[in-house]
Amino acid sequence: MDLSDEVVELLRENARYSVEDIARQTDSDPSEIEAIIDDLEDEGVIKGYRAIVDREQLDEETIRAVVELNITLDRETSYDDVAERIAKFPNVESLHLVSGDFDFMMEVEGDSMSEVSSFISNKVAPVPEVTQTVTHYVMTTYKEQGIEFGDGSDDDRLSVSP
Amino acid sequence: MKIADRVERVPPSGIRRFFELAEEMDDIISLGVGEPDFSAPWAARDAAITSLEQGKTSYTANRGKRELRELIAETMDRRYDLTYDPDDQILVTAGASEAIDLAFRTLIEPGDTVAVAQPCYVSYAPGVTFAGGEVLPVRTRREDDFKLTYEVLEASGAADAEVLVYCYPNNPTGATMTRDELEEVAAFAREHDLAVLSDEIYAGLTYEHEHASIATLDGMRERTIVFNGFSKEYAMTGLRLGYALGPTEAITAMNRIHQYTMLSAPTTAQHAAIEALQSSDGAVEEMRTQYDRRRKLVLSRFEEMGLDCFRAKGAFYAFPACPWDDGNEFAEALLEETGVAVVPGSVFGAGGDGHLRVSYATGMDDLKEALDRIERFIE
Repeated sequence: MDLSDEVVELLRENARYSVEDIARQTDSDPSEIEAIIDDLEDEGVIKGYRAIVDREQLDEETIRAVVELNITLDRETSYDDVAERIAKFPNVESLHLVSGDFDFMMEVEGDSMSEVSSFISNKVAPVPEVTQTVTHYVMTTYKEQGIEFGDGSDDDRLSVSP
Repeated sequence: MKIADRVERVPPSGIRRFFELAEEMDDIISLGVGEPDFSAPWAARDAAITSLEQGKTSYTANRGKRELRELIAETMDRRYDLTYDPDDQILVTAGASEAIDLAFRTLIEPGDTVAVAQPCYVSYAPGVTFAGGEVLPVRTRREDDFKLTYEVLEASGAADAEVLVYCYPNNPTGATMTRDELEEVAAFAREHDLAVLSDEIYAGLTYEHEHASIATLDGMRERTIVFNGFSKEYAMTGLRLGYALGPTEAITAMNRIHQYTMLSAPTTAQHAAIEALQSSDGAVEEMRTQYDRRRKLVLSRFEEMGLDCFRAKGAFYAFPACPWDDGNEFAEALLEETGVAVVPGSVFGAGGDGHLRVSYATGMDDLKEALDRIERFIE
């Protein structure tokens, strides 16, 4: 693995690793790591950094839904055109073109169920190419981006052992 | 009751005292743990659960399940180009510790001398004593990065020993030995007709170079018993599963003791191990990568804080020189004042004093916090 790939892997593991700690873990120079991260950001390989939050533990409630979208294309329109249009809405958290029974899988967020519903019926469904939407409201999240949301398992090893 | 003298004269492990000190405190960060912080790969745990659901709770063959022995043989062949016959050259045991004890009891005549490369895992010397042998410490040196050398063996008088036991990658130092370096040990063993017990339990956790087994060297396979297992590489310490590989006569004799005392290694663990060998290369590689990153972090931080530490290339230990004269005092003060537990090197025998065993089998957040506390403490 070259150093740049290793930096990506470490940042995907924990985006808050300091440049110094990444340098230590890869036997390299902090300035070198700094330059690699700058390049990765400039090239658009790294799109951003966000915290993974268990929102059930916050007072404000966020409603999330996974929405299946069916699309019918015409000669002038491509999936990319439709996707770009839908992705621009700030309520859309993620959007993937997928294989299978439907075309796009979209994650939507809002402050209330009515906000999410009206967003889908007023903004997404009217898009001419969208022929069907199926909305699944998220009830409980167990794992996100590789991080489990449980209490975590306690370290039950002996504190000192040979 | 009258306790037999050979048991009575073996002192309790020095690690015990630190364990008790640490247990009395809340919220410590322990860098004193000699086992992985990971759990066994899920596929292996799942196979163990399935075997229980299927009611597979009987004994297995004394030597271990045939399928497991075949997989071990294949693994040795693939990794080292070494051939062991699953029928009579492989013995599956309750941890590598049992295998080592069996080897001591099999090879040692009363009064025989066993050269023990130190610093080392705390069980070898007591095991030799229990088996009626005399321990000859072979003190490895900081200037050799704690490797075993011809010179060190000669200087310690190991030429007169019957058996040599060592462990690389090493607990507690993290030292490793390359193939070329093992050639010296092999030459010494051949010259002085020593049986070699090579504890390779940390073999899968070797960084920066390939792990080499002494059994691959000229004329060594027939005088070497290799020990390995699932505890470290596969994070299965509590499942208690190891194995010994060696010449037919040695494995057959070891199995004679094993069949009367242990019958067979834990069945559930054998099912987990079969799955581990078949499917867990990826999970093992992921753990190894994590250890390696932590290793580099720890070594860099020690260098930055001016703590003298050789470049350990194996296991999950760093072995820095202690900034105080008395490692025990230092470790105790560090624990009391910062809540960070490390183990003084003197616990691990000759050559360990003046050093500290720092285990990086701890999550990155805790590891960084512990290093920060050590740095402040030293200042």
